[in-house]
Amino acid sequence: MVKQESESANRPDNTAFTQQRLPAWQPILSAGIVIPGFVLIGLAFIGIGVALLVTSRSIQVLELDYTGDGNGSPCSSCSQSTTVNCKCSLNFTLDTLFQGPVFFYYGLSNYFQNYRRYGASKDDNQLYGDLSYFTSPSSSCSPYDYDGSKNPIVPCGSIANSMFNDTFTLTRTVSGKTDSVPLDGKGIAWWTDYNVKYRNPSVTPLKNAFNGTVKPIDWAKPAYELDTSDASNNGFVNQDFLVWMRRAALPNFRKLYRRIDASGDYQNGLPAGNYTIDITYNYPVRVFNGAKKVVFSNVSWMGGKNEFLGIAYLVIGSLCVVMSVVMLIVYAKFKFPDEE
Amino acid sequence: MTWRSPLALVRDALRGQRARENELRSLESNLPYEGLEKGKQPNRYFTSNAIKTTKYSLLFFIPMNLYEQFHRLANLYFVGLVILNFIPQVNAFQPEIALIPICVILSLTAMKDAWEDFRRYQSDRKLNNMPCFIYSRKEKQFVERCWKDVRVGDFVKVVCNEIIPADLLLLYTSDPNGVCHIETANLDGETNLKQRTAVSGVCNTHPKFEPESFKGIVVCEKPNNNLNHFKGYVEKPDKQKVGAGIESLLLRGCTVRNTDHAVGFVVYAGHETKSMLNNSGPRYKRSKLERRLNIDVFFCVILLFTMCLIGALGHYLWLNAMPVVPPYLVPPTSGQLDSPSLASFYMFFTMIILLQILIPISLYVSIELVKISQIFFITNDIDLYDEETDSRIQCKALNITEDLGQIEYIFSDKTGTLTENKMVFRRCSIMGTEYPHKENDGKLFQKISRTSSSSLSHSQKTDAYLDFFLALAICNTVVVSMATSQRRRVSAQNAGSIFKFCKRKPKRNRTFTEDSEEHFQPSGQTEGVRTTGLQPCSLHPPSLSDKPALTSDNLRYEAESPDEAALVYAAKAYGFTLLSRTPDSVSVKLPSGEVLDFEVLDTLTFDSNRKRMSVLVRHPITKEYVLYTKGADFAIMELLGTPYAGMLRLDGNKKNIATVTQRHLDCYAKEGLRTLCIAKKVVSEAVYKRWSVDRKKAMAAIEDRERLVMDTAVQLETNLTLLGATGIEDRLQENVPDTIQALREAGIKVWVLTGDKPETAVNIGYACGLLEDEDLVINMAAVFQITCTNILDCTLEEVRRYNADPRNVDTTLNMSLVIDGLTLDKALSPDLLDRFVALVKHCRSVLCCRVTPLQKSRVVKVIREKLKVMTLAAGDGANDVNMIQAADIGIGISGQEGMQAVMASDFAISRFKHLKKLLLVHGHWCYTRLANMIIYFFYKNVAYVNLLFWYQFFCGFSATAMIDYWLMIFFNLFFTSLPPIMFGIMDKDISAEMLLGVPELYKTGQGEGDYRFTTFWVSILDAFYQSLVCFFVPYLVYQDSDIDMFTFGTPLNTSALFIILLHLSIEIKSWTVVHWIIMLGSVALYFIVTLAYSAVCVTCNPPSNPYWILQSQMEDPMFYLICILSTVVALLPRMYIHLQIYYYGKATISRTGVNQH
Repeated sequence: MVKQESESANRPDNTAFTQQRLPAWQPILSAGIVIPGFVLIGLAFIGIGVALLVTSRSIQVLELDYTGDGNGSPCSSCSQSTTVNCKCSLNFTLDTLFQGPVFFYYGLSNYFQNYRRYGASKDDNQLYGDLSYFTSPSSSCSPYDYDGSKNPIVPCGSIANSMFNDTFTLTRTVSGKTDSVPLDGKGIAWWTDYNVKYRNPSVTPLKNAFNGTVKPIDWAKPAYELDTSDASNNGFVNQDFLVWMRRAALPNFRKLYRRIDASGDYQNGLPAGNYTIDITYNYPVRVFNGAKKVVFSNVSWMGGKNEFLGIAYLVIGSLCVVMSVVMLIVYAKFKFPDEE
Repeated sequence: MTWRSPLALVRDALRGQRARENELRSLESNLPYEGLEKGKQPNRYFTSNAIKTTKYSLLFFIPMNLYEQFHRLANLYFVGLVILNFIPQVNAFQPEIALIPICVILSLTAMKDAWEDFRRYQSDRKLNNMPCFIYSRKEKQFVERCWKDVRVGDFVKVVCNEIIPADLLLLYTSDPNGVCHIETANLDGETNLKQRTAVSGVCNTHPKFEPESFKGIVVCEKPNNNLNHFKGYVEKPDKQKVGAGIESLLLRGCTVRNTDHAVGFVVYAGHETKSMLNNSGPRYKRSKLERRLNIDVFFCVILLFTMCLIGALGHYLWLNAMPVVPPYLVPPTSGQLDSPSLASFYMFFTMIILLQILIPISLYVSIELVKISQIFFITNDIDLYDEETDSRIQCKALNITEDLGQIEYIFSDKTGTLTENKMVFRRCSIMGTEYPHKENDGKLFQKISRTSSSSLSHSQKTDAYLDFFLALAICNTVVVSMATSQRRRVSAQNAGSIFKFCKRKPKRNRTFTEDSEEHFQPSGQTEGVRTTGLQPCSLHPPSLSDKPALTSDNLRYEAESPDEAALVYAAKAYGFTLLSRTPDSVSVKLPSGEVLDFEVLDTLTFDSNRKRMSVLVRHPITKEYVLYTKGADFAIMELLGTPYAGMLRLDGNKKNIATVTQRHLDCYAKEGLRTLCIAKKVVSEAVYKRWSVDRKKAMAAIEDRERLVMDTAVQLETNLTLLGATGIEDRLQENVPDTIQALREAGIKVWVLTGDKPETAVNIGYACGLLEDEDLVINMAAVFQITCTNILDCTLEEVRRYNADPRNVDTTLNMSLVIDGLTLDKALSPDLLDRFVALVKHCRSVLCCRVTPLQKSRVVKVIREKLKVMTLAAGDGANDVNMIQAADIGIGISGQEGMQAVMASDFAISRFKHLKKLLLVHGHWCYTRLANMIIYFFYKNVAYVNLLFWYQFFCGFSATAMIDYWLMIFFNLFFTSLPPIMFGIMDKDISAEMLLGVPELYKTGQGEGDYRFTTFWVSILDAFYQSLVCFFVPYLVYQDSDIDMFTFGTPLNTSALFIILLHLSIEIKSWTVVHWIIMLGSVALYFIVTLAYSAVCVTCNPPSNPYWILQSQMEDPMFYLICILSTVVALLPRMYIHLQIYYYGKATISRTGVNQH
């Protein structure tokens, strides 16, 4: 017995794994499974598509371009002049209630925030509140790291420097009386941005932290004076700054400016009436064939208005159903040689 | 340590160089110089016995390994990318991060290399420190030292069963005849014993061997790797030269057997020994698929360049369309923007960095892994395991497994490959009378008994029958050993007394004791057989005997070729028992019980030119010099002199024995027997004396020794007297016809190339189903070129006419070709080659007979190159080595004829029938698995990279990635790497039973196979389509929204993962537990790793911002809706086509199934 064992010492193990005999499952693609499967998927897709389309249709969007291209447009004079804080205003009328909650966006087109060098031109450590990077910003910010007299720029880099600096106020005219619409700028950026990723240095007052630094070249005010009304909305955790710093994925984008504060008359959104947007026009876009707009939109569970997804689901769902019908016909005619 | 001038050192080094390079080396004994410093040693220029096979040293491992690795083109590509990344104008990612992939790959490979090298180091150290005995003058005896201390010129003692430490010139052995046996299994795998003879008369050996008495100079040739050849002589102080050939050389690595101890003079040591020179690394063959793959990698490079060019051009146009500098264009530090053309030039290189994974570098690593696992499965297949020899299939070539699935032509040897190569003596013809062995009615026995008794009394009338069987017993190089204690040579004086410590681990060897159905009842006493006239006793010795040693039943014969053993056993069956053999004498026991001791004067060994061997003995009674010769029939027939005079007179039979015997030989050949002729010659003393002088001269010659020795052999082998002929059967291996049938159904053409004669080959051809009765067999045996041309032209014309005939549309002409070696030579001449190839293309099978090893390989090469087909050559003997190496795949059959074929082969199997599963199942699987995996890899990389490419159209062609770079690395490294490897290892498109049952399925791999030009481009196009879907679905959803870059990238990355994995799921034909674990595990890993990374990385990888992105996305229903939509839309076409193919394939299979029944 012992001898026999040693005789076949080289014998391979007779296990399911080494003999490649592991129990295997082969997907059975018989017509009896595939056709109903396609029908089911198709119907589910149609269902989702309908739901999406209905939801999307219920979302109201109001877009107003204020680039000032044509001569008739309200901001044409501002777009041609280089005056700082040039004022212009846009009027619009709502016939019915604009269902709330209403979001107030500004939109830019042909603006490449996703340009690679642009995206790299910031210093995450500086923005994290690390004071050592205040005095010596990362070279990735170059050429917006130091000003002409070698003073460090805080916040450094091209993104910060190019921050959008038009401001808007919204007023409503009801029976000759002008009433400013309350706008809420709290929490318009990502929660993680102003709590984790971006931090002000723990120096009070904040201004002292910026000693020895200069503000970005294109900025009117230093970072610690961005919001004069709310002391906690300054420095790197300023909501408008954070919204800008989160780079848009595509060249035509909108960014959240304010929410309509759901209080008083505006409990349910924007009521019908005549509205005026007063714009402080600073940001130049015509030089690169860009455009600016303001957008009012309400949102649903699926975010902003988007017809594409619903239509796509409907189309694919119908395609699946059609395919299954075709397959059924072929099956009936030629009889697939399966199901034995 | 004395000071030596640098000049002297240089001079010494040069002298050493010259000494090593010299054609002849003169070696002195080291003993007179013992204890002197190194510079005074006579043999100091030659390498020591310490070996070093390691590639690296500890200190220089890193630089040397890097140097080695950068020889690979793929690594250079990576390094190029890294360097590009360090150029500020060009870089796409942080330079440090770009280093990661190359570092991972380099360090993994370095670790593997280091491990391998360490193992080599360990085995070197073990070898170098093995003990051995070196003679020391100081101590006047052999002292124990290590192998590494052995130097050229030392005297080394080896004892029984010890491994020889260096190449030794044998000077003394414990055997009184100066013989030593070695086993060369370590070198060539041959387990039979080889006899070595001491060079005599160069030292005092009596009463004790004294190394110090050695005063001569050993002159030998430069080291070479020929294991069967050595030229040298010992020049004694009196200028007398004693020749020494390979028969006096003990080779390093061999084992001493049957000899108590032996002493040798070290001629080559360490790396200069023959065994080390033979130790070349594994051969590198490149598979067909790999060649194809490299073309496609090249296409990928072109694709990459095109895409980068588009990127650069796009960037140029984009910049040019810009009226002024927009705020998002960042000027360089200088403040001045680059001109658009320069910027786009830089952009080209940045794009290469961004899209680098289009070239699937990880593919090569994956292929290697897959192949190793495939080999694991092949070697572990229990169906390819041979019970009898306890051997698995051996895979020697590691990188051509997939070629097994593409074979179109098989070239097989006959003997030992199709047949067992276990020779069984079947019939013999003695003096023109034919005696079948099996149904022997005792006639032959009676004759033998009569003649043997009479011949002894009347010694003058030597009988031909007696001679015939004596020739069978004597004329060979068989070594006799005892059955009870293996490998102990029987010696007349002191058998079994001094070899007490000779132990040997039981190992199978060729001693012909294995049982078979040919095993007759052992009849013990030959006398009994003689008187009763019963069946002869066993052709094999009884496997075990309980009788004490030294009875004839206990003898084992170890022969170099199975034919020889069969003949000796046959002689024994008729009572002529070979009892012992020393270089100088042979004792044979006659049927009468009398023992005759023949003095062996010389042995003219076999060579392939003469195709015969002879033994010259002196008859103990008649004192005649008798030469017994045996060999191939044509080699003997042409040397016949006068017919056997005595025989003619006795029988009064005037017929020409040669003619009758020839007829018998033809008859044997038709039955498929192997034939040999036996002849003798009585040499007069004067002739012998004259001849022996020539012979000695030839043996001592150093130039042209072989030719001279052969010439002397030819000189003596003339005027032979034919005694008779033998027919030995070589049975077909089991399941050979079945295997050949299956291979043919699989569309493989099987050729047989054999050294046998046409009749034997044709017979075997019919027996194994290679030729069928209704086949049109074309016999090509043309003496003249013109006849050959005619045959070729006529046959081709016939084929053409047959095919042109409208009645034969669906049928093909079943034609087989039998061609002999001479005709083959003509057919392969340049002007007939094309016609020959055209003809064999139409033949179902081709039998080439009487071909030389060189012709075998030439045939393989011609077919391989002319028809551009994949070839496989299978053989078992040394004569098949050329052919095995010439073919795309060489299969060695580890049979009876040594291991040369196995050593040269890519795969070694033990039975021909194993080819069926090896090709039909493993070949098919390996090929389809690997082909599908490679295609999938290309697809995967293109599909993923294109996501980045499409994004370039929306970011000003600025080489922005919307997916975090780490996540991209993880994606390729962890999330999508295992599934394709598993796919390549474990997928089973068709079950083994189906593949064996329907051999036609093998055809899918032949020719272009699964992996063709179109398959590649179809999958690339599919990749483009899928990436378009995967990119534009999220794009259309998110356009004009406030989505940020990395949030936009997350659904893209996720749906890419699902698409890529589900694409693979469509391709996977059968799912096992492993599949489920790996597929689901990959998805789980993606989410776990990405979630963890997004939770941890706050500022870790600027400028990217993955923080909390997947988390926020997973709270958004849109994320799931987008992923589902992209996945379904991307996979819908493939799924649909796959379904159609599935139904179509099912229809085909069921149709063939119907046809089968």
